[in-house]
Amino acid sequence: MIWVDTIIQGILLGGLYALFAAGLSLVFGIMRLVNLAHGDLIILASYLILILVTATGMNPFVAAIVAAPVLFALGWLLQRFVLNRTLGDDILPPLLVTFGLSIVLQNALLEGFSADSQRISLGALETASVSVGSLSFGVIPLLTFASAIGVILGLNQLFYRTGIGRAFRATSDDATTASLMGIRPNRVFATATGIAMIVVTISALYLGTRANFDPSIGPARLIYAFEAVIIGGLGSLWGTLAGGVIIGVAQTLGAAINPEWQILAGHVAFLVVLLVRPRGLFPRGND
Amino acid sequence: MLTRRKLLKTTAASGLALASGGLSAPAIAQGAKIRLGYVSPQSGPLAAFAEADQFILDGFAASEAGANFEVIVKDSQSNPNRAAEVAKELIIDDGIDLMLVASTPETTNPVATTCENEEIPVISTVAPWQPWFIGQQGNPGDPGSWEPFNYAYHFFWGLEDVIAVFTNMWAQLDTNKSVGALFPNDGDGNAWGDPNVGFPPVLGDQGYTLTDPGRYQNLTDDFSAQINAFKQANAEIVTGVVIPPDFTTFWTQAKQQGFTPKAASIGKAILFPQAVEALGNAGHNLSSEVWWSPTHPFASSLTGQSSGDLARGFEAATGRQWTQPIGFAHALFEVAANVMGRVSDASDPDEVSEAIGATDMQTIVGPLAWNGAGLPPFAAKNVAKTPLVGGQWRLKDSGGYELVIVDNKTAPDVPTGGVMEAIT
Repeated sequence: MIWVDTIIQGILLGGLYALFAAGLSLVFGIMRLVNLAHGDLIILASYLILILVTATGMNPFVAAIVAAPVLFALGWLLQRFVLNRTLGDDILPPLLVTFGLSIVLQNALLEGFSADSQRISLGALETASVSVGSLSFGVIPLLTFASAIGVILGLNQLFYRTGIGRAFRATSDDATTASLMGIRPNRVFATATGIAMIVVTISALYLGTRANFDPSIGPARLIYAFEAVIIGGLGSLWGTLAGGVIIGVAQTLGAAINPEWQILAGHVAFLVVLLVRPRGLFPRGND
Repeated sequence: MLTRRKLLKTTAASGLALASGGLSAPAIAQGAKIRLGYVSPQSGPLAAFAEADQFILDGFAASEAGANFEVIVKDSQSNPNRAAEVAKELIIDDGIDLMLVASTPETTNPVATTCENEEIPVISTVAPWQPWFIGQQGNPGDPGSWEPFNYAYHFFWGLEDVIAVFTNMWAQLDTNKSVGALFPNDGDGNAWGDPNVGFPPVLGDQGYTLTDPGRYQNLTDDFSAQINAFKQANAEIVTGVVIPPDFTTFWTQAKQQGFTPKAASIGKAILFPQAVEALGNAGHNLSSEVWWSPTHPFASSLTGQSSGDLARGFEAATGRQWTQPIGFAHALFEVAANVMGRVSDASDPDEVSEAIGATDMQTIVGPLAWNGAGLPPFAAKNVAKTPLVGGQWRLKDSGGYELVIVDNKTAPDVPTGGVMEAIT
């Protein structure tokens, strides 16, 4: 039974990693921009939710819904006025700018909120669990996984069923031709980053309720998010979920053998996938 | 007209006049301010340790002895490389006479090593002495090669004290003596879990069985492997030295998966009240080591304030709950003033070092003397130990947590505020 428990815990953990990775995957898929400040943006969103919760006493889930449009606007402005200027043939400027943004965000948060560990309180829900036979699973990890599926389902619908989705795909395939058809790539990119920030808000809700966060903790999980994106195949959203689950299960299985192998096992799984399928499990046709 | 001869005469005279007064002594009496360098992690992940710095510095500047000192403060940014760099700046650019450094081996070790190399005396605190002393040795793995330092002095407690405090607390409860251990793969975790000098040999001698699943990486997102191992061993006690976010992850998952030990004695993670509050109501009756509290029966040699006065002063000045590093930051300046009161030339590093070694004083963290009491011979010269007791975090009716001392067998002078209670 322990092995069943281990694997299910790993799948649930994978949901968290997939949530972190979905925002990255979206931005990378559309504009080939690697956002090194992704983790810090998640922490920024966590603080915003925390402020809303402590100031008004509202439920954290409601607070996340209130925070989402604010962060959408922030993402839109960030892309429109900062990141768009860095896009071009050279891949280095966006990396440097987002790396700098990461440092600026960390220090601004430190200045504003001090180094105290914070956590968004969910009351009794934090430790609530569902029992299945002799196994029991936390409600929050289950919700996290469900949200990851929800987010990816939603993004897929957006991509393949809506006008803006068509614009996303067109710009991603060939920005020059798309602009000949009347699409303004800069606007499309700004909207995409805005949507990525809504995903960031959802990740922030679960990161902030799951454990403590402080201004410096953002980059720590970025590596898993990147690995999940690469394993799944760049730009593939369902692949990102699969990537997250593979890392999560590899970690819990590694830990069950010896906790020293927990993190290593996740990285090894990533390297194995890279060796066998260098373009990820579900690569797009034309990259 | 002021001549050299006249100046010497007047300073000597005023020196004498001062020397006859209370605290003064030769070096302090010479008129020129003594320059102290102070390095602490004011920003970055360790910043909570330094939150009382400004309060302590203001208090020191306002004290009678403090008027003789100029304190130059530098931020280590929680980064060991930066700590070494600012230490060098203080020594070379600011020409300090004595270095003070506090908070975690990541700050104290690079600064102490820099001072030792530059031959500037340094007093350090708030790091268990083993990582401080052994961590600065050329070959930490070979006890035969360990050398004492000429200029670096440290005061705090050691691993042996934590082990004694934790086992004393557990002995108050009726348990099956099965202990689960959370030791991460970092300096602290490896020291606590060391099969020769860590927890395992002592626990074995006292009849405890230890379940140590292995060293995990910090910032791990899943502890179900450890929880399963503890459940299988039917562990009723959990211990470890865990960083705050990891402990929240572990404790939340343990509750979700139906694992509630009777005692959880954790180092590091639950040092600060904010971290315990992050656990919601699940932090009630978690236990940890206590180095200083407002009920410690000690008083400051600088201001005469009791521990309680200092803590209340901090709470009134900042509106924040007291934390343990406050007492130690204050004590650091007490020792600096005491040492400089006993030397004739503050700028002579050898004389100052000798004076530090000869210290025998009462501070707000307890009696302090570098006399080697309770220490192995190799560390006797450079390390002084302060008392350590055990405490539990209790939920207050008004919300928030308070730290109640529940075991004082290791330091009977410190009064207890209750007895150890099992977690339910």
